[in-house]
Amino acid sequence: MSTQRGRIQISGFEPERVTERESLSDWVEDKGTATESRWQRTWRDFKRNRSAMIGLVVVAVMSFLAVFARPITVSELSALPFFSGPVTVQPFAIAPFDPTAILYLQPGHADVQPYDPPSLEYPMGIDGSGRDLFSRVLYGGRYSISIGFIAVGLTVFVGVVYGAVSGYYGGWVDEIMMRVLDVIFAFPGLVLALVIVAMLGGGYWQLVIAFTLFGWAGYARLIRGEILSVKENEYVLAAKALGAKDRSIIFRHVAPNAIAPVIVQASLAIGTTVIGVAALGFLGLGFPPGTPEWGTMLDQTRQTLIQGPGGKIPWWATVYPGAAIFLFVMSMNLIGDGINDALDAQEGGAVARGGGG
Amino acid sequence: MALLEVDDLTVKFYTEEGVVTAVDDLSYRVERGEKFGIVGESGAGKSVTALSLLRLIRNPGVIESGSIRFDGRDILEMTDSEVRDIRGNRMAMIFQDAQSALNPVYTVGDQISEAITHHMNLGSSAARERTIQLLDDVGIPEPEARYSDYPHQFSGGMQQRVVIAMALSCDPDFLIADEPTTALDVTIEAKILELIEELADEYDTAVQLITHDLGVIAELCDRVMVMYAGRPVEKAPVEDLYYDPKHPYTVGLMSSIPRVGETRDRLQTIPGTMPDLVELPSGCSFHPRCPYAEEACTREEPRLVDPATGDEVTADAERGAACLEYTGALAQGLDYEIEVEGSGPEPGARAAEGDNV
Amino acid sequence: MSLRRFILRRLLLVVPIMFGVSLITFGLTKLAPGGPIQLIIGFNPNIGPQDIASLRAQYGLDEPLWRQYLVWIGNVLQGDLGEVIGSGRSVNGILLRRIPPTIALGLFGWVIALLVAIPTGIYAAVNKDQFGDDVSRVVALSGISLPNFWLGLMLILLFSVKMNLFPVLAPRKPLWHPDMLWYLVLPGLTIGTASSATLMRIMRSSMAQEMNKEYVTAARAKGLPERTVVLKHVLRNSLISVATVAAFLTSGILAGSVVVETVFNWPGLGRTLVQAVIAREINLIMAITLFTGVALVVANLLADIAYAALDPRITYD
Repeated sequence: MSTQRGRIQISGFEPERVTERESLSDWVEDKGTATESRWQRTWRDFKRNRSAMIGLVVVAVMSFLAVFARPITVSELSALPFFSGPVTVQPFAIAPFDPTAILYLQPGHADVQPYDPPSLEYPMGIDGSGRDLFSRVLYGGRYSISIGFIAVGLTVFVGVVYGAVSGYYGGWVDEIMMRVLDVIFAFPGLVLALVIVAMLGGGYWQLVIAFTLFGWAGYARLIRGEILSVKENEYVLAAKALGAKDRSIIFRHVAPNAIAPVIVQASLAIGTTVIGVAALGFLGLGFPPGTPEWGTMLDQTRQTLIQGPGGKIPWWATVYPGAAIFLFVMSMNLIGDGINDALDAQEGGAVARGGGG
Repeated sequence: MALLEVDDLTVKFYTEEGVVTAVDDLSYRVERGEKFGIVGESGAGKSVTALSLLRLIRNPGVIESGSIRFDGRDILEMTDSEVRDIRGNRMAMIFQDAQSALNPVYTVGDQISEAITHHMNLGSSAARERTIQLLDDVGIPEPEARYSDYPHQFSGGMQQRVVIAMALSCDPDFLIADEPTTALDVTIEAKILELIEELADEYDTAVQLITHDLGVIAELCDRVMVMYAGRPVEKAPVEDLYYDPKHPYTVGLMSSIPRVGETRDRLQTIPGTMPDLVELPSGCSFHPRCPYAEEACTREEPRLVDPATGDEVTADAERGAACLEYTGALAQGLDYEIEVEGSGPEPGARAAEGDNV
Repeated sequence: MSLRRFILRRLLLVVPIMFGVSLITFGLTKLAPGGPIQLIIGFNPNIGPQDIASLRAQYGLDEPLWRQYLVWIGNVLQGDLGEVIGSGRSVNGILLRRIPPTIALGLFGWVIALLVAIPTGIYAAVNKDQFGDDVSRVVALSGISLPNFWLGLMLILLFSVKMNLFPVLAPRKPLWHPDMLWYLVLPGLTIGTASSATLMRIMRSSMAQEMNKEYVTAARAKGLPERTVVLKHVLRNSLISVATVAAFLTSGILAGSVVVETVFNWPGLGRTLVQAVIAREINLIMAITLFTGVALVVANLLADIAYAALDPRITYD
């Protein structure tokens, strides 16, 4: 062995011998599994989260109940040529009674008193005007849940576009657009919704507008932040160096990363909107009194609590509608958290998994 | 008795994907004042080894078995407060990414004197004095002014010097340098290595240098251990490792270093990648990538043996290689050659054995 | 840039934002189809078109929009927020009387949030993924899923009605009367639940992230006791996240107060806003909305300053 110091050259270590020979054992290099798309991976992680899956089931069930509680007829369609009269789009009725039916006026239920306690025939009892609470609770989801989904859908779209434009172009455009957002953030969402409803009056589409007019701001800020941080990332610079066009950069590189926190935020926002709609209903500003909407129902029963002790308090009229709101929002939030955790799990240090040197 | 004696260390990580054996049955020695290098690719278990020495392995990692004797006492048997006494005081660590290793909200001086006040029982002004002296020793200009500066006010190279100062603050007997120059560019790298060598010599500190860079090893170390997939594959004094490598993996690493004036027209690499530690190949972990692998290599896991005699080595042996060649199990041997400028080509392992068919 | 310059810069930025806030407040009131007059008179059939025209002239509503805005903002800047259209009472007076109870409620909510969230956040992060952490996650999630009006009603049901512990409606005593503190408990708890749940989630996630940072390992490697590592290195960085959400939390508390004050009949700004909406009192609605916007801009400013003070990277850029 030489102890001289000098340049060392090694020959005879030939990689071709490895690549060209047949596999010596069953061990296969781990290339295959890594090509699972990140969305598949996220869905897989999400499925493992028990509480998130429970949330998903509950939301699905409650939405199903809201749709199929009572038949849906669309009278606008009767204007079209081949329809005569209102069209029944959904014929099923899971709820036993019409939510607006005053029971003691109905044949066969004449002995029903307002605020009758729950019984087998009326599982959630009777409300203050003699209506079946169970049917009303089942039906009530229609308002809050549908407004929630619609409002969030609209706001996500507007917010993402706004934020994308702002973030991508940067400079003065960005500055001004961000100041506008700052102004919007100066008001709590519910206060804005309240004032809008005050101006426009109550009603379904008025409520949608109330939560949509300013609700997009959060997503705009999120997307803009994501775009700003990704813009500086090396893979965007690399794509540009390879000659990719702006639009393809946005769609293929920036968007998939940026969209993730938006999805999480949107799912949490559905819950917030549902509570907001119910809150306005509770204040009497959302729908006409007597509407079988969860919050409006609670407004009606509020007066009963102020009687003070000694009187018979119809606790079911307070508990069940509110519990419905809580159940839906909690499930929605579980889903949102589940998505968040599933997306987060893709990060995580290499050393924490035992690799990385 | 060596300063550090590691025997049969096994560290496992219980992750969702499976059990990762990050370090498998590792044994080595480091003497007082010695500079010991651990080299290997990412994922080989080098950093995990380092963290184990200070008992910094946390969930989901567990130090399953083995012993780590520091100055005679087994660290794995000590109480929490005894370990804390050693950390930073007698055994200290230089982290790889200086920027992440420094807390951004506290001054650099504060973070260095933290350890001093804790271990050395000095008052705050005495600790400050000592810290300023340390900053000067590691080559930071105007140390007194820089004491109150925050980490982000330093350049990368300067941050690394701060991290070195932090490690040396209490005059440790043993320094673990985990890839101290990986994040730096080449000119700074040279200076930092020089600094570590100087300070280690001056204070008679033993150094365990972890790196994937063979050049760094050659520069600084007295003895080297090569790791692959969590196991040691070769141990040698530094000269022996370079001029007379015994393990195919070491040979592969050496031959991958590009040299000016080479006749090859493609960069040489070791084919394939380090296996995922959850699913290791059977027999010798290196066999799928080894040009000299034979059937025997898939069945039997090679132990670390003395290449001259074929006997299993004890932990404090000078030389060891984990290849079936040295226990006589290979039919065709290893046919690589080492050419040192100035002398003729020296055949590798083949000439030493006489069992070729 | 020193902290002082940072504050000055932020203060300058506040001016255009305040301007924007006033614009939105003004603009919102013009949303009503038919204009504010239609809103005020409702569907009273006795009022004919000439009366409408003279009403409009009386309130300056026949001027071009920009002039109406200037008149209004001019008055506001001089301290005149107008009168309640029906009774002629001064809006200023109403605001002055109603703001302190809301502030009291808000402070109560903040205190509960901090007292509950910080220790639980620390506990959850240190015991991450163990049973206690899971429990606190579920509890926090329920806290933000509860509609605050429902929670308020349930609390009344439980404590006031069934157990007769608290009075149901707040009496008309001045705020500093010790009895009022007792009446503050139920509404305060209602508001505090949502805010502490929100803060708990943020603390937990930020501390969990911090614990994974390399400088935490480095601190342990120096031999520091775990308590020092958590309290000195981890907590400080997490508090920075608290500062970032401080404004958001205040916004939530203000929004919550609208509903909670109505439930408990607490004499604050939120209840007044709802009453104003029901009575269609434009001036009062505008004044309260403006006040809310201004208050939150100030809260944002303070939160930004706190953030800059805590994080040296911001000011030394």
